[in-house]
Amino acid sequence: MARKTWFAALLALWIGAVQAQEPIRIGSFLAVTGPAAFLGDPEQKTLELYVEKLNASGGVLGRKLQLVAYDSAGDAEKARTFVKRLIEQDKVDLIVGGSTTGETMAVVPLVESAGIPFISLAGAVVITEPVKKWVFKTPHTDRMACERIFLDMRSRSFQRIALISGSGGFDKSMRGQCLNVAATYGIQVVADETYGGGDTDMTAQLTKIKANASVQAVLNAGFGQGPAIVTKNYRQLGMRAPLYQSHGVASKEYIRLSGGAAEGVRLPAAAMVLGDKLPAGDRQRPVAISYIKEYEGRYKQEISTFGGHAWDGLMLAVDAMRRAKTTDKAKVRDAIEATKDFVGLDGIFNMTPKDHMGLDLTYFRMLEVKNGDWTLVP
Amino acid sequence: MSAQFLQFLLAGLTIGAIYALVALGFSIIYNASHVINFAQGEFVMIGGMATVSFVGLGWPLPLAIGAAVAGAALVGLALEKFAVEPARGASVVSLIIITIGASILLRGLASILWGKNIHAVPAFSGDVPISLGSATLVPQSLWVMGVTLVIVLLLSWFFGRTLLGKALLATSHNRLAAQLAGINVRQVLLVSFGLSAALGAVAGILVAPITFTSWDVGVMLGLKGFAAAILGGLGSGPGAVLGGLLLGVIEAMGAGYLSSAYKDVIAFVVILAVLFFLPSGLSGRRSTERV
Repeated sequence: MARKTWFAALLALWIGAVQAQEPIRIGSFLAVTGPAAFLGDPEQKTLELYVEKLNASGGVLGRKLQLVAYDSAGDAEKARTFVKRLIEQDKVDLIVGGSTTGETMAVVPLVESAGIPFISLAGAVVITEPVKKWVFKTPHTDRMACERIFLDMRSRSFQRIALISGSGGFDKSMRGQCLNVAATYGIQVVADETYGGGDTDMTAQLTKIKANASVQAVLNAGFGQGPAIVTKNYRQLGMRAPLYQSHGVASKEYIRLSGGAAEGVRLPAAAMVLGDKLPAGDRQRPVAISYIKEYEGRYKQEISTFGGHAWDGLMLAVDAMRRAKTTDKAKVRDAIEATKDFVGLDGIFNMTPKDHMGLDLTYFRMLEVKNGDWTLVP
Repeated sequence: MSAQFLQFLLAGLTIGAIYALVALGFSIIYNASHVINFAQGEFVMIGGMATVSFVGLGWPLPLAIGAAVAGAALVGLALEKFAVEPARGASVVSLIIITIGASILLRGLASILWGKNIHAVPAFSGDVPISLGSATLVPQSLWVMGVTLVIVLLLSWFFGRTLLGKALLATSHNRLAAQLAGINVRQVLLVSFGLSAALGAVAGILVAPITFTSWDVGVMLGLKGFAAAILGGLGSGPGAVLGGLLLGVIEAMGAGYLSSAYKDVIAFVVILAVLFFLPSGLSGRRSTERV
């Protein structure tokens, strides 16, 4: 009997010791392969890099972080399966992930009923409007992109514009948002063209826009190769109206793919892409420079804003856990919601119970391509 | 109005020429083995991506292109040697499934080897648009159309004048008779895969400066090339060229005059329509006669 107790006590001690060492589990599902791979790839790399770095500097709350990441391939159905697994089997403490809006929206019911903090890396407005108790997001919304572009157009007194967008989810959502808010900014959309996801030539659509003499500026909503082809075709046809792109192409890759054709193109983007070209007093400058150095140093690959969304997601979560001094899900959720003045890569976050994104138009900078590089439009 | 028409036509002919090259690749393998090689699109991808990485190594463009075409041809030969030939006795359907598997494998390997970014190949002779009346085209379009023309001429010489080409043709008409006449059918099959892969790679390289290239570019181009081959009549060389050009022009006109949202739909409606009403394509009449 005595021996049994002794054994039980030892066992309890051992289990206790293990529990103290138990890492904080961060669940993730990202489109690392598939058509949205250019989103999921830098996101995953960013999470891996920074989980490693946080662990090297002692972890969070004295515990190591453990990343449990699955590749959803951008498929909403797979995303649901993986999130179920993250919640039920892996028993993660919170989830940072969801490269696309489709995946994110598919898992919202799961995280809401399980009551687990979820920071999405996808763009569309629907994720945080209406507000969902457990769901947050880091990137600017497509509606903000439209608003930022229309503000710039208004300042250049353009009133009649053409829209050209792809047929993907991002493109469609942004097109819809732009059409919704255009009137508020006194903008009239006089031409509205679309192209397919794998399209390789947009001269037909652009020729139609060119034939419309009242068009003063053109807005292309989309990401991936589509906007780069639009840009090249635009110059090939000798179109003169200023071309605007969305935040979806805010990476050096876009400039490189379009070659000289991207000169003069304007687009809204997070400050991080400017890196050390940000003005000296800018509060985001040190954060951006450090991220660029770490990421490019490790992966020998240029940064994109997508990786930045993942950095913000992870760091917001870590910040909330540190403030809550626990990984208790409800308390971490409350702490995320109470995030104030958090300097991230996408902007400076101020969450409220009514705003689960916490960014405003201030941190959406208008960029212009000059000499093959980004410049800040004053 | 006519300016727009000319612009649509030029766009259609450029992309149509690419579809034609991909369709020719389908036809050559189909002739030699009655297999539809669904990895054809991957050869297009390998051509473009290999050129990107050779140019990245600092090689001059012509050398990079040559090496990429040769590399793709080697992949084609390896595919035949290690995947298709061991399954020699299998039914055509099994062989087709093997090619689908190969295409998934090649795509996966490419995404690991080259990453998932989109890449551009420098244009062969600059980016300054050429004006044709009120329409414009990029110099690369001329390269696409010109090289396609040269390849079509070379192929017709190959099939009409060389022993190997004639052996390929003979095998396509009657495999058993060809074998009895002393033609090495296995070698013919091997050559057909190498040749198709090289053609696909050329298409991928030609189009890369206009449309960019990435690890998954082969899916859509392969599908469109397949549609073009069906349209022109599977197994017919002139049919493949005609089908490709026609499909490109139909797509561009459809995007221009109807709605650009239906551009891809048009290609697939064309396949369905052809399969319903002209099962052997525009130029294929001979196989309907057979029992």
